[in-house]
Amino acid sequence: MKVLNKIRSFSGGVHPNEYKYLTENLAFETMPSPKQIILPLSQHIGKSAKALVTKKDLVKTGSLVAVEEGFVSAPIHSSISGTVKLIENEANVSGFPKEAIVIDLTEENDIKKFPALDPKTIKAEEIRERVKVAGIVGQGGAAFPTFIKLTPPKDKVIDHVILNGCECEPYLTRDYRLMIENPVKVLTGLSLIMKALNVSKGAIGIEDNKPEAIKKLSTAALVFPNISIEVVQTKYPQGAEKILIKAILNREVPPGKLPLDVGVVIQNIGTAVAICDAVVEGMPLIHAPLTVSGLGINNPKNLIVPIGTQLRDVLEYCGGVNENVVKIVVGGPMMGVTQYDFSAPIMKATSGILVLTKEEVNEHQETPCLKCGKCIEACPLGLVPTKLARYSQLDKLEEAEALDITVCMECGTCAYTCPANIPLVQWIRLGKQKVLKMQREINIG
Amino acid sequence: MLETKQNPTYKLELTSSPHIHSRWSTMQAMWLVVIAIIPTVIASVLFFGFYQLLIILVSVGFALGTEAAIKAMRKREITIKDGSGLITGLLLGLIVPPNFSLSSTALGAIVAVAIGKEVFGGLGYNIFNPALVGRAFLQAAFPVPMTTWAQPNFAADGISSATPLSAFKFDSIITNNQSLVLGNIGGSLGETSAIAVLIGGIFLIAIGVVNWRIPVSTILSLFLFASLFHTIDSVKYATPMFHLFAGGFLFGTFFMATEWVTSPLTAKGMWIYGIGISLILILIRIFGGLPEGVMYSILLMNGFVPLINKFTRPKTFGKVK
Repeated sequence: MKVLNKIRSFSGGVHPNEYKYLTENLAFETMPSPKQIILPLSQHIGKSAKALVTKKDLVKTGSLVAVEEGFVSAPIHSSISGTVKLIENEANVSGFPKEAIVIDLTEENDIKKFPALDPKTIKAEEIRERVKVAGIVGQGGAAFPTFIKLTPPKDKVIDHVILNGCECEPYLTRDYRLMIENPVKVLTGLSLIMKALNVSKGAIGIEDNKPEAIKKLSTAALVFPNISIEVVQTKYPQGAEKILIKAILNREVPPGKLPLDVGVVIQNIGTAVAICDAVVEGMPLIHAPLTVSGLGINNPKNLIVPIGTQLRDVLEYCGGVNENVVKIVVGGPMMGVTQYDFSAPIMKATSGILVLTKEEVNEHQETPCLKCGKCIEACPLGLVPTKLARYSQLDKLEEAEALDITVCMECGTCAYTCPANIPLVQWIRLGKQKVLKMQREINIG
Repeated sequence: MLETKQNPTYKLELTSSPHIHSRWSTMQAMWLVVIAIIPTVIASVLFFGFYQLLIILVSVGFALGTEAAIKAMRKREITIKDGSGLITGLLLGLIVPPNFSLSSTALGAIVAVAIGKEVFGGLGYNIFNPALVGRAFLQAAFPVPMTTWAQPNFAADGISSATPLSAFKFDSIITNNQSLVLGNIGGSLGETSAIAVLIGGIFLIAIGVVNWRIPVSTILSLFLFASLFHTIDSVKYATPMFHLFAGGFLFGTFFMATEWVTSPLTAKGMWIYGIGISLILILIRIFGGLPEGVMYSILLMNGFVPLINKFTRPKTFGKVK
């Protein structure tokens, strides 16, 4: 008899069509170097990096081209060998042009790496230093410089490191492929994070729609005694960090606080692999593993792309888009950003490019709120989206604040589920910014 | 508009995330409710004759006409294809007695839509269930026709044309369970056949239009309350099964108490609301002057919904209560 384990989960959430079948069985391909790359100086949260190169400089693959400025920042390395063409404002996946280094490919292909280190004998300080100089930032989407997460304030006691292998966004199979193709790298990366933080307990949370990854990692984890594989329910947004911490450790991160306030550091699968590569192979972060998917792309793929490659080149490498395309999204369909300029470059934290058709987008006409309560039932954070959206619309900021609008993590579950097709999270996003601004003004005044 | 080297120009939509949406739409939900009502319409025609179809059609026609006329007067977009007027018309047509006058039905439909819904601003803003507002008006305006029950087809000899609830309340006559379930008993068009109501109601729960908590809480609590009284005095108070299947309880609980706009938002609120409906209902049926009280119990609890919503807000993640 099969023993039924209670699968860990959370209340609320939604089950969008996954469309993972498009790419889940496709092994990573490495995309050849493009003719030109665009490296935005800000590919992370925090201060932009400062360019070290000038026009006509020759750079190698792996050369440092921009150095961090201030504490919250990260250096940037070239992903190709080439000549610096110019440094100017260039298209960006955020929608706003940003200052970037443009590099043209040259014939030579030299690669510049850091010296390899032994993960068994490496010291915590060396791990932090390597993560910093390799320019590693969080691969989960927010792109927070990773070495800062590995340097928690002295007064915080960290007892758990969680790797987020949920990949709850539909379509994306990047983390899944990383887990089944490189289970040892994932586990080595996690143990390096644990060592850097001097933490003895590590866990990898994986949704139960990825049995292959669970199997591969569980087998590989036998030689990593301090790491457990935790199976969680397949439901969006299971991979939101607060939600995953609650599911695995039953700890709730209070509003306005961070995971480290409840003793947890949470990292993405991609980040762990990047850390492993940086330590074991001395690789700076110059490649982005990502999923190119959607019914609108001719050949969906899991690709390892040189950072700075333009969307156009990636889409062409995947056979181009077909005529049914209505949206092109960088990131997942629930929290990604729609694109209008194909010359925008892939960045360090880019996890996917989705080419969506009308059939997948499923847009309806907006109708009045019928108070069905589906948004409330779906909200993983216990908020009342219909009211928050209404208050935001009416500019009733105090009321919105009282109903915890600032707690919203903008996962989009409410807007996804709303039968009246009200742009709930979009209104809340706007209201949240207004409330935060109001709070800042009160604090100053 | 964009170009790639390889492809011609495409028009791309720019949206703020999320970029995908569930299969749900208001209109789709409304039409699913209409489908769920069809078995009840068939049952009412079967038991009370084709004239009943005329009542339902008049009710629907006037409901839609009133909505269109008011929207036109307010210079708003005509929204009758959203299906909500159709549902109000259908429901009102099914909660009047068989052979009810067509002109009174029309009046009821006008009141239901005009006073029950449009004065509040239309769909989504009403406090009370529009069809029940229409029925409450008819009950007040035409008390005698509203309580004159025709005998159903295939009624066994000796079954009175009174409803099982009034037969029990005033004459202590008990109707057998089989008749209650099938529906060859006296009563409003849509309420007599429990089986037709259950088919539609369970369909709505299964596809997720109706939140299961409302019917489950009303049914469980009515069963509990009725059992309590029945245990106290089994002659004076009817069995719980009788309370569940007689009268308009099932029709009301599946098709009217569950109306999205006038029911609570949260899971906890739905339980309170459901228990409240059954409590008021059993009090009216047992201690009130009327044999039936589904309409008043739902309308009363509709009135409490804003208050219930206020006090059943879910706990924000991470907050200590």
